[in-house]
Amino acid sequence: MYFSLSFKPFLRDGKGSKSTSYFDFHGTESYCQEVFYYKEVPMASPKIKNIMNAESIDRSIIRLAHEILERNHGVEKIMLVGILSRGEPLAKRLQSLIQKISGSKTPIGFLDITFHRDDFRDRLVVPQVKGTDINDPIDDKIIILVDDVLFTGRTIRAAMDELNAFGRPQKIQLAVLVDRGHREIPIKADFIGKNIPTHEGEHIKVLLKEIDDKDSVLLTQSRN
Amino acid sequence: MNFSKLKKEVLLKGGQILDPLTKTNVKGDILIKDGKIKAIGEIKSSKSAQIIDCKDLIITHGFCDVHAHFREPGREDKETLETGSMAALAGGFTRVCVMPNTNPPIDSPEVIRYIVDRSEECPIYIHPIGAITKGQEGSELTEMGAMLAEGAVAFSDDGLPVTDSSMMRNALDYATMFDIPLINHAEDLCLKKDGVMHEGIISTKLGLPSSPDLTESNMVHRDLSLTLLTGGRLHVPHVSSAKSLEHIRLSKKSNEKVTAEVTPHHLFFTDNDLQGFDTNLKVAPPIRTISDKKALIKAVKDGTLDCIATDHAPHTIEEKEGTFDLAPFGMIGLESCFGAVNRVLVKENKLSLLSLIEMLTTRPRGIMGFNNNLFNIGTNAELTIIDPKEEWIFSKKDIHSKSSNSPFIGHNMYGRIKFTINKGHISTM
Amino acid sequence: MKHRHLLGLKDYPAEDIKSIIDTAFSFKEVLERPIKKVPSLNGKTIVNLFFENSTRTRISFELAQKRLSADTVNFSASTSSLKKGETFKDTAQNLEAMKIDAVVMRHPTPGAPLHLTKHIDAIIINAGDGIHEHPTQAILDMTSLYEKFGYLKGLKIAIIGDISHSRVALSNIYGLKTMGAEVTLCGPATLIPPFIEDLGIVVNYNVDEVIEWADALNVLRIQRERMGGGLLPSIREYRNLFGITTERLSHHKKELVIMHPGPINRGVEIDSAVADSSQAIILNQVLNGVASRMAILYLLLGGKPEERKV
Repeated sequence: MYFSLSFKPFLRDGKGSKSTSYFDFHGTESYCQEVFYYKEVPMASPKIKNIMNAESIDRSIIRLAHEILERNHGVEKIMLVGILSRGEPLAKRLQSLIQKISGSKTPIGFLDITFHRDDFRDRLVVPQVKGTDINDPIDDKIIILVDDVLFTGRTIRAAMDELNAFGRPQKIQLAVLVDRGHREIPIKADFIGKNIPTHEGEHIKVLLKEIDDKDSVLLTQSRN
Repeated sequence: MNFSKLKKEVLLKGGQILDPLTKTNVKGDILIKDGKIKAIGEIKSSKSAQIIDCKDLIITHGFCDVHAHFREPGREDKETLETGSMAALAGGFTRVCVMPNTNPPIDSPEVIRYIVDRSEECPIYIHPIGAITKGQEGSELTEMGAMLAEGAVAFSDDGLPVTDSSMMRNALDYATMFDIPLINHAEDLCLKKDGVMHEGIISTKLGLPSSPDLTESNMVHRDLSLTLLTGGRLHVPHVSSAKSLEHIRLSKKSNEKVTAEVTPHHLFFTDNDLQGFDTNLKVAPPIRTISDKKALIKAVKDGTLDCIATDHAPHTIEEKEGTFDLAPFGMIGLESCFGAVNRVLVKENKLSLLSLIEMLTTRPRGIMGFNNNLFNIGTNAELTIIDPKEEWIFSKKDIHSKSSNSPFIGHNMYGRIKFTINKGHISTM
Repeated sequence: MKHRHLLGLKDYPAEDIKSIIDTAFSFKEVLERPIKKVPSLNGKTIVNLFFENSTRTRISFELAQKRLSADTVNFSASTSSLKKGETFKDTAQNLEAMKIDAVVMRHPTPGAPLHLTKHIDAIIINAGDGIHEHPTQAILDMTSLYEKFGYLKGLKIAIIGDISHSRVALSNIYGLKTMGAEVTLCGPATLIPPFIEDLGIVVNYNVDEVIEWADALNVLRIQRERMGGGLLPSIREYRNLFGITTERLSHHKKELVIMHPGPINRGVEIDSAVADSSQAIILNQVLNGVASRMAILYLLLGGKPEERKV
């Protein structure tokens, strides 16, 4: 039983929340594509620790932008692909930072991995209304996948699976804001904002001002 | 009959102007100039005007017949649009609707246009009634929309009934789009078999094959029910039996889209009159008993029957000369109409002359949607002038149709058409 | 989704229709990719049970199934070779024994899919049961309208043609009304079903008035077999009175969207030039057909069997 922040599925355009829930959460936040209603937090709150505030998030993202350019010797052939939902604003921020640093605007795309999840036999997940949007060809490009939290690695596997449907990139690299460990398949991030090791029962929640009106990374405990 | 062009100015002097639209009957004069009504009231005679003395005469709307057969195209030996026009004028009719059972039948927009074009040359207004089914064969609908656009005013397979009920239903359904009446010749052909007259004691005495009144009333009932179901408009032609009248009367209580007509011969004769085996009295539907006749007269009075229509059906002498069983059905009726119905309804059954005139003018025009305001200043003059009391005997010289199959010859008529003014011409009887 | 099967759109919840439309847009994006496949229905078996020929609908469903990585089996039966009643049940139970996940069925008799649900445990999708419902067509029509206009509520749709023999009309009426659109029917009086106004729609025989009023026209096919019978006099008459011709449209200076479920009778109910014009979204409808069928299959079959009944 856990009573942390409650999840309510809704459509991206924000038109209310539906009574039926398509989800049955068993703690797989890495698949979490929903927005939190922060007000839903019950009064008797469990321990919530603020691991990163707005400035530290900013600094991490700036560092990630420099690292991406350094590793790849510049901006040529780079394409950012954000994994919905919070990968999208992160990818956009990286795009504008890279532009500030290098002067070039990298192409950008977004992936909704709903249809490529590997748990499709277990649960029905309805896709985001604003879904996959890859408009530029990806052949021979260096794709930087961008996501907020790296956990079991299954999201990234689904993302790579989906990218296959669009072409054959030269390289795929992974940039995440937080790596919380506990991989279930052999996936590794190339660029990490912050390593936050977690125990069982702990959850990482990334809030971004484009979606949640504030920048924050929270570590929460759930009661048994 | 003298048929001539109207003089430039004609003054109808001293007549009773009976306007069935306003239901007024006022003494007055009418000035017609260039074929149009110029003035009504007390008009001083002028030197240029031809004066027609209308003392003791009724001046009223030209009559309108919604049911006549002019046999063109195909049987111009019986009647043409021109000769039919002459017969009409002799009977005081300025407007006639012709039935489509010609050869070829009037079942396509092309034939409608033919009739409309031809009628421009005729001295009366002739309106084509289109067939309901192609070839009148009862299985395919005609192009009603296109035919209406060319000038059709109603649809009927007259001569023949629409036997297939689903076809009648479809036709009524389809016609609701246009809001025009469907006219079904109600005769159950299976029940009729080879009947040539009404089934009664007379037919037994004469030994002629006959058909009962149910032959008509069953189908009338079917048509009335289908009309209610579909919301269409129905006009019941040549009602002949009391039973049909019962159905119509009841239906009219709840459905204002039903109208009905009666012929002069069904009001004038009974099956008794067939004892002389006169083939001119062989008609479809047949002439029935005295109680049917009385019921028809009553129905005229109480409004169950809306109008009088002649069912003018010319046949050649050769055809009607044959034995009763072989002769074709039908009689001419335009010339004898007024004298006959005026006698039966006004003289013998106390119907008001105004009511009779309505049944010959405003009611039929209303059913077909024609203009009823014929005493309006500026309209083309379309008038009939009648001596309402003249006693006369109908004879061959009163016939102007190409055919002369009329049983009215030798009978006493009451009331006579004196002049018919239409399309810039005047017919003088 | 409220209902386990998709038998028709009568009383089908608006939220579920909206889910299908939204999901269809996601699948439309999949159909633009170089590799048009997602693994979502991997391992599911779907039988296309067509008792009536329909190449277009069947191909559309087949493509949808294959693009979701499902396994497809096609069964075409002619009703003359199958006696009604008994053998229908046998067919159904044979399918059941083979442990399939879903059946997409087209049958000439109204109510046949419902009948099937009583004999099989699989999920049933109605691909057209006589002149009753064809829910997937109506959904793809609504998806196309939503794509074009961005909304359905208050939209004015006119359905023009042979309504009484169309399997598309009823489903469209139910679906559009549920989503808040207004519907007017137009066609020959002999081809409009009786009492249809009781469904809350207007019947108007004047096609020009209807064109003035509507935002979109859904033009139905006139079957030539109906001509020259008791219902319609001729093609010429139909075209004069109801044809969506270039000439007729030129009298109406307005933006109008033209739809058609196909196949088109060029020159009968619609002119070639109109069908090929920029106002017509007919080919979009075909693509949306695959996308919305993918959405329907995904939403009805995705996840664990017990979980679908939410």
